[in-house]
Amino acid sequence: MTVMISFEAVSKHYENDAKNAVENFSLDVDEGELSVLVGPSGGGKTTILRMVNRMVEPSSGRVLVGGQDVAKVDRVELRRRTGYVIQQAGLFPHLKVADNVASVPRLLGWDKARVHARVNDMLDLVGLNPAEFAGRYPNELSGGQAQRVGVARALAGDPPVLLMDEPFGALDPIARARLQQEFLALQERLHKTVMFVTHDVDEAVVMGNRIAVISQGGRLQQYDTPAQVLGRPATSFVADFIGADRGLRRLAVTPIEVGDLYAPPVVSPKTTVAQALVAVEASGDHWAAVASEDGRLLGWVEPGQVASAPSDNGSSTVERYMRPVGAGVSLDSSLKAAFAEMLQQDAAWVPVFDHDRYLGVLTPDTLHAALRRSVGGEPVPV
Amino acid sequence: MGVVASAGPIVQWSWVSSERSMIVSLLLQHIELTVIAVAIGLAIAVPLGIFAWKMPVARPPLIGVTGLIYVIPSVALLSLFAPLTGFFSITTAEVALVGYTLLILLRNTIAGLESVPADAQDAAQGMGYTPLQELMKVQLPLALPAILAGVRVATVTTIGLVTVTAFIGQGGLGQLIIQGFSEDFNTPIFVGLVLSVLLAGVADALIVGIQRISLPWVRRRRLAS
Repeated sequence: MTVMISFEAVSKHYENDAKNAVENFSLDVDEGELSVLVGPSGGGKTTILRMVNRMVEPSSGRVLVGGQDVAKVDRVELRRRTGYVIQQAGLFPHLKVADNVASVPRLLGWDKARVHARVNDMLDLVGLNPAEFAGRYPNELSGGQAQRVGVARALAGDPPVLLMDEPFGALDPIARARLQQEFLALQERLHKTVMFVTHDVDEAVVMGNRIAVISQGGRLQQYDTPAQVLGRPATSFVADFIGADRGLRRLAVTPIEVGDLYAPPVVSPKTTVAQALVAVEASGDHWAAVASEDGRLLGWVEPGQVASAPSDNGSSTVERYMRPVGAGVSLDSSLKAAFAEMLQQDAAWVPVFDHDRYLGVLTPDTLHAALRRSVGGEPVPV
Repeated sequence: MGVVASAGPIVQWSWVSSERSMIVSLLLQHIELTVIAVAIGLAIAVPLGIFAWKMPVARPPLIGVTGLIYVIPSVALLSLFAPLTGFFSITTAEVALVGYTLLILLRNTIAGLESVPADAQDAAQGMGYTPLQELMKVQLPLALPAILAGVRVATVTTIGLVTVTAFIGQGGLGQLIIQGFSEDFNTPIFVGLVLSVLLAGVADALIVGIQRISLPWVRRRRLAS
């Protein structure tokens, strides 16, 4: 993986402040990676971010973008090829949405037709119908719409690097969650190198490929995947910052893997209850999944209870006693989704599918094991 | 009416119709003096305002000097400049008139620039606007509502002040009023008064119209659902 943005021992000192705003900060962001800077407010995250487009100049150290020291690049030129999204969107209130989005392409001297086409593409990209929104002024937009325009405007010049400073911070929780998901979907397609600042751990965990936890004075406490940061906080600061409920947060960032699944005995619907009972007893469990020949999950059965029922002597097939299964989860969802499904159905297990194919089930025990697996095997006190 | 110089009918319409061309030319002179004063005032106050906004140390002296000009009585100001720029000269009249527009226009320019949202300026810099591009395409356009509001006040004030420059032989409609008093004749006084009030009203409405047309973003406020 090529490194796109690199901080090399960067410090920032302001004259009127005895303490360093940023202290000996080093960090690499890979090309196409979404890297989140998270930490308490006033900790220096924004200062760090703004060094990438030279809105802030480091007192010492270097910032490299694409291997080039930004201090040696013309400021204006650097900024025109670095996307920049800020909290209140920072739209120009006197310009229509289309002209806001056209800002950087026009600075770059694109011709009219190209600018026009690009504006429409960008509005489509962020889910705003150009016919409806291009002619509006920013004060005719909702907060979420304004922020979409902010993202469209930042992407209009097709910059390889995107800087986002609390872009969704001013939105209500519902709009924020929606924009987070939409932006992640966008990033799947665009593969920009993104640096994203937030003070919200949940947002960091959802958005980041890696997250950098930063404490006061711009000190880097830990830089790792969300699962690692939540599962193995490197310092007591990180542990405090991510909070006591980090175990719950870890569920959200840990994907289900085939190895996590429990495989109960599987019987065909034509098996007799007596046979099923043998299979179940052999496995040491008390229930079996019922699946068709081609591996589709049909239901489940508890042969022990059926066999003891006076109306049956064990010779009828399990098909008759089979109970339905609730909706399962797919392999690419998180442990949190699986756990939520378990709670929703009030069940002790939830089936996991790869598309239509039944793979096994997740139980509270295997869920716990999966959490351990995600941080390297050893149990970690949560 | 206490204003009128003597008894008799307030308006002799025969005089008005016989002196129509003179009245029209004085009205035009009044408009000319006003437009020149506000235009020169803008040409001075906007750059000064930008300077004072960028250089906060320059603000108190600039506001102080323009404020001082503003409080000098108009007749005194005319007498002050007359020896330098000539009695009965249009220059003397304009120097005084421009002087009175400066405080309003300067203060509104600074206030307008200060009202430019910080996030819009941050975004402009972050996207790679040069300082000049930022000023011309972001900061000044966003300061325009305040600047135009200043133009509106300055214009209406100047229309009133132009009358006073009649003392040095300028003054547009003010000359009608002086003539009326010296001839002890009500009609020109009345005509000068009514026309200058009407002119102020029309100018005010015109500038409001310009504001509406040139600043659609200020007016249009409806939140999308």
